[in-house]
Amino acid sequence: MTAVSIRGVHKRFGEVHALRGVDLEIRRGEFFGLLGPNGAGKSTLINIMAGLTRADRGQVAILGHDVVRDYRQARRALGVVPQELVFDPFFTVREVLRIQAGYFGLRDEAWIEELLSALMLSDKADANMRALSGGMKRRVLVAQALVHKPPVVVLDEPTAGVDVELRKSLWAFITRLHRNGHTILLTTHYLEEAESLCGRIAILNHGSVVALDTTRGLMEQGIGNTVCVSITTAEPLVRIPEALRSRLKRQEGELVVFQLHKNRDSLLDLLDGLRAAGARIKALHTEEADLEDVFIELTRARAGGARP
Amino acid sequence: MNLRGCYTLFYKELLRFFKVALQTVMAPVVTALLYLLVFAHVLEDRVQVFGEIGYTVFLVPGLIMMSVIQNAFANSSSSLIQSKVTGNIVFILVSPLSYLELYLAFVGAALARAVVVGLGVWAVAAAFVSVPLEHPGWALLFMVLGGAVLGTLGVIAGISAEKFDQLAGFQNFIIVPLSFLSGVFYSLHSLPPFWQQLSRFNPFFYMIDGFRYGFFGVADVHPGLSLAVTAGAWLALAGLTLVMLQRGYKLRN
Repeated sequence: MTAVSIRGVHKRFGEVHALRGVDLEIRRGEFFGLLGPNGAGKSTLINIMAGLTRADRGQVAILGHDVVRDYRQARRALGVVPQELVFDPFFTVREVLRIQAGYFGLRDEAWIEELLSALMLSDKADANMRALSGGMKRRVLVAQALVHKPPVVVLDEPTAGVDVELRKSLWAFITRLHRNGHTILLTTHYLEEAESLCGRIAILNHGSVVALDTTRGLMEQGIGNTVCVSITTAEPLVRIPEALRSRLKRQEGELVVFQLHKNRDSLLDLLDGLRAAGARIKALHTEEADLEDVFIELTRARAGGARP
Repeated sequence: MNLRGCYTLFYKELLRFFKVALQTVMAPVVTALLYLLVFAHVLEDRVQVFGEIGYTVFLVPGLIMMSVIQNAFANSSSSLIQSKVTGNIVFILVSPLSYLELYLAFVGAALARAVVVGLGVWAVAAAFVSVPLEHPGWALLFMVLGGAVLGTLGVIAGISAEKFDQLAGFQNFIIVPLSFLSGVFYSLHSLPPFWQQLSRFNPFFYMIDGFRYGFFGVADVHPGLSLAVTAGAWLALAGLTLVMLQRGYKLRN
């Protein structure tokens, strides 16, 4: 059964064509990742699902309920954790959860207590929202999204700007939700997060789906198999050896950055090549490919005729 | 209809203003009392209003209604603009509340605050001056309708404004002048003919005049006309607000 159905969705904000005919089907019980850089259209798509934004064209349905025509049922089926740390400064944590449940016509104190406990908020239940740390506010947002027990949960970059410990505890909580049968739609900037949690991933860029496959399938296409090597030399390199030019990402003064394929390229060959060209290496730093690199790979794959 | 959802939003709005009651209830009552003390002291023997009715007694219903008008507007407009600016309006917008339920909850809470403040002004004024109540039904009707009109205007302003200063402009350049120039402090008949005619275009005048009829049994215009104008204003504004909410104007982009 389809948990989320998105068909031919277009949205314009003035001159900006934010969504250009997006089609997606998320199956019930799936852990689905929606990735993309800032401005790709992820939040716009989520806002259309939640009824915060209206699509210019196309249809979106949650568990078969159209988000416009059958908005009451669609919204009852959906819980959204917004990206921004928004809160109502007038109320305590418990009041916020009771009020949010009430909007959905519910009053379930036992479930509220369970949520408070699961999200480690029990000792702050009667504290005003203003008194909470950023991490705690983030957890309250998760509790608010779940207070009406929605079968489909959308988390819009829930781990953006949170510390490692909270990120891990949120991952564990979201994984538990998924095991309990919830359909999860996660948007994130972190490729690693999507890799470890999501069964399928769609990549959105400039308002279009540029890749849609299982996480394993995307990785097998080479996406996520590159590593960035940043090298600082004593003096700016005058000439990059011919053999290394295809791997060069950018050069700024003493800093030169290469992008290597994890399996095909050798770091030792890179260093030897630079030394042979007279480089005196002062520092070296490596990091996993980020989403920007993924898009570069996707663009290259498309240009080469490969299916993204 | 999602009755519990509608009631929850209404209750949340009540809780919001009761949590800051010093600002939302006590302050307007004290302000009205100051008006009463100052104007009564200065004008008691100098201004002739309705026949034998003393100026201080005349002033009380006007001050009650002015408090109703200003506080009904302040409640719905400030709640909406704060929610919009801080972003927490999403919690309401992602809920299954219909546009009608949103309207009833916001205007109901605005009316509740208006009535609480109005009764507060009345109770405090009663300590200083004895005011008759000839037709309680008329007084109640105009208090409720006046609160509903201004609560509705507050929803329109709260939705339309994008910044606090736009809302302050609406309040300071429209609501306050119209309420001050509506006959709170004087009878229409004490004005020069031009200003009398101009006052008849001010809908707030009919709310105050009709409300005053409930107390004294006399008014500047027939209470039926005041009721028709006030009810007409409410129906027109409520219709406009419901269309704005249904279309998600400045709420759902």
